[in-house]
Amino acid sequence: MTKRAGMEIAFAAAEAVALCKPDVVAAYPITPNTHIPEHLSDIVADGRIDAEFICVESEHSALSACCGASATGARVFTATSSQGLLFMGEVMPIVSAMRLPVVMAIGNRALSGPINIWNDHSDIMSQRDMGWISIFASNGQEVVDMVIQAFKIAEHREVLLPLNVNLDGFQLTHVVEPILFPDQSEVDRFLPEYEPYATLHPDKVLSMGTLGMPEIFTEAMKAKDVALINSKKVIMEVWEEWEKLFGRKYEPIQGYKTEGADVVLLTMGSMDETAEVAIDELRERKISAGLLKLKLWRPFPIEELRNAVKGAKVLAVMDRAVSCGGAAGPVCAEIKAALYGEPNPPAIVNYVIGLGGRDVTVDDFITIAEKAAQAEKEKPKEAYEIYGVRGS
Amino acid sequence: MAKKKWPETWQEFNLGGMVFSPGNASEYHTGSWRDQRPVLDASKCIKCGLCYIFCPEGCISQDADGYFVADLDYCKGCGICAHECWPGAITMVEEG
Amino acid sequence: MSSIVENFDLFAPRLVDKEEYFSVGHRACQGCGEALGIRLMCKALGKDTVIINATGCMEVISSLYPTTAWRLPWIHVAFPNSASAGSGVEAGLKVLRRKGRIPDRDVKTVSIGGDGGTVDIGIQALSGAMERRHDMLYVCYDNEAYMNTGIQRSGATPFGASTTTEPAGSASFGKKAWKKNVPEIMVAHNLPYVATACPSYPIDFMNKVKKARKIKGPSYIHCLSVCPTGWRLPPNLTIKAGRLAVETGVFPLYEVEDGKYRITIKMPEKLRPIEDYLKIQGRFRHLSADEIKMIQERVAQEYNKLLDKVNNLHSWPDLKQ
Repeated sequence: MTKRAGMEIAFAAAEAVALCKPDVVAAYPITPNTHIPEHLSDIVADGRIDAEFICVESEHSALSACCGASATGARVFTATSSQGLLFMGEVMPIVSAMRLPVVMAIGNRALSGPINIWNDHSDIMSQRDMGWISIFASNGQEVVDMVIQAFKIAEHREVLLPLNVNLDGFQLTHVVEPILFPDQSEVDRFLPEYEPYATLHPDKVLSMGTLGMPEIFTEAMKAKDVALINSKKVIMEVWEEWEKLFGRKYEPIQGYKTEGADVVLLTMGSMDETAEVAIDELRERKISAGLLKLKLWRPFPIEELRNAVKGAKVLAVMDRAVSCGGAAGPVCAEIKAALYGEPNPPAIVNYVIGLGGRDVTVDDFITIAEKAAQAEKEKPKEAYEIYGVRGS
Repeated sequence: MAKKKWPETWQEFNLGGMVFSPGNASEYHTGSWRDQRPVLDASKCIKCGLCYIFCPEGCISQDADGYFVADLDYCKGCGICAHECWPGAITMVEEG
Repeated sequence: MSSIVENFDLFAPRLVDKEEYFSVGHRACQGCGEALGIRLMCKALGKDTVIINATGCMEVISSLYPTTAWRLPWIHVAFPNSASAGSGVEAGLKVLRRKGRIPDRDVKTVSIGGDGGTVDIGIQALSGAMERRHDMLYVCYDNEAYMNTGIQRSGATPFGASTTTEPAGSASFGKKAWKKNVPEIMVAHNLPYVATACPSYPIDFMNKVKKARKIKGPSYIHCLSVCPTGWRLPPNLTIKAGRLAVETGVFPLYEVEDGKYRITIKMPEKLRPIEDYLKIQGRFRHLSADEIKMIQERVAQEYNKLLDKVNNLHSWPDLKQ
């Protein structure tokens, strides 16, 4: 029986992980995702799940321990944010190269300089090329659903790749929302026991993490790239199954009132919901505006994006991170690359907003939509605008 | 010397770069590295096994008569066995 | 010569397990002391072992895709994390066995790393793993520099040695700091078993590995690995150099069980002079008589500190906390 509970989303994420019966959790605390490992360790301490919770001494060790545990055939989970993610950084591409299905929750937080514990996407954007499946949640329900889906996707024999679920730090992690939890038997039916491809055990001896000479490195990268690209098929199947079981639909890009929209905003993460309110108001004022919520970041849904923007005159892409000195923000650069060469693409404007936890309001989105509408006639002067910065 | 074979296509690259054949490094004959090789004088050998223990390659083993002999496919000619053989049964001889 | 005849270890080699878990065909240098150490360690561990290997000489020379020299389950992740990846392996094996998903028998987790991956970049992970009391043996293969990348100085490089990043020159005599004493750091972690070893004393080394393997908890072995390439000596002197390191007191062979120190091989009445050890190695060739005297004094002092501990410290019962 599905259970409805009002819960802080970080706690809910931990409950979702517990429903998946992980074998090993290795995590190091960092604001704002700390409540996830804390609550999980409570669950383990109360004997609600049988798992080894390793209180590692750093994030580098957290992901390394997850590697080692996953290699023995255990289902593993970890969580981190910002600097912690960078500290694991060395191990990130190794996990995907070794095809270990580690699931990680990232409470998105600004990368330091100055040190800032609040929400933006600079942490995950620094990990674009690491070969992980990357999914973004807009609200608490999505966090819980995506965490449970994550294990099924990552461990699928045709995927076998690590996966990170992104939830905005504080904006989501520390917010209390009503959430529907599937019960244990439903999750057990949806998510079978992990059947690893190969494990570290003397009964079947193998070597993992071997040295790749120039003669084979290109082939190794191609194999990983193809695996990540092809994982979209499994992601779509899992989402289809989820909709059948629980009635909640997930797509790589979800449109909101985009039919016939001239100006389309594109957002990721919790600001999706704020933007929806803005779109409602714009539509009230008879302004032709719509919203695209990008949920699947890696593998990037190129075809879905191209279809989603057809007919739009202007696409305003929100980036919650700056690529300093770049030609566009990280998300916008990806969008432009995907749309390059398409017939009649929309004019694209790029706004960098909400850095370091700065609030993004409904009014902000309305202003952005109005400004973006100008872009159809007048090309913006800068490659991207850091919206709302004080000083000219 | 046995030649190494690289996988032809990316599809042949083992998942995750795993190697499923334990000890297949032996396909590569490191014996081609050496410039001197150990020669055993069986009359002095007391079959103590010290050379076998001290060989970093592990390429010394007992023949049918119990004498410890180096496998020349792999012997790198380091000379440890000759140096440690206290009855002096092993001498290093220049190759070629 | 006479010391070898007295040492009855001589006849034990024939009784050692003939199985080679570290195959021929690996790409270590001629005369590599570390490869020998690995080979002997694996014999002492047996087949029910999982090896976690830090980046370094041994990992690189043994695992060139698509080949592997390992006949034991083996994983390499990165440089600083042999102990933390090992923590994960240990936890994984533990929980999977408990849940009945793998056979119900002991499989030992053994993390290995060079001095780079243990003493310097790997010290955090090692300390954390030991503090958490994972049932894990850690073996440090100490060739006293970052050999795999070209003989750069590490915390384990001995005083006065010339390395490529702290070389001897007209304005420097090489490494200015004394070797970091990691076995003592491990003793301070209150491990049930800590030992130093050297493949030049193969039976002593293998017995220590066997002993450590039996411990239900963390254990640590520091293995001096002579490197002819980096220490600049002929490859056939690998075993002799290790013996001299022990006989001069530079690297005494001891073990610490629950706080009780014991020297594990019969030491000569009087330590051999340090010159015997230094003069066969090119990395010490530049040292002046005064510098050698400094080293001799400090080696003697360190050895006396150890004897002090051997004679005066006793073991404390394991209160199981």
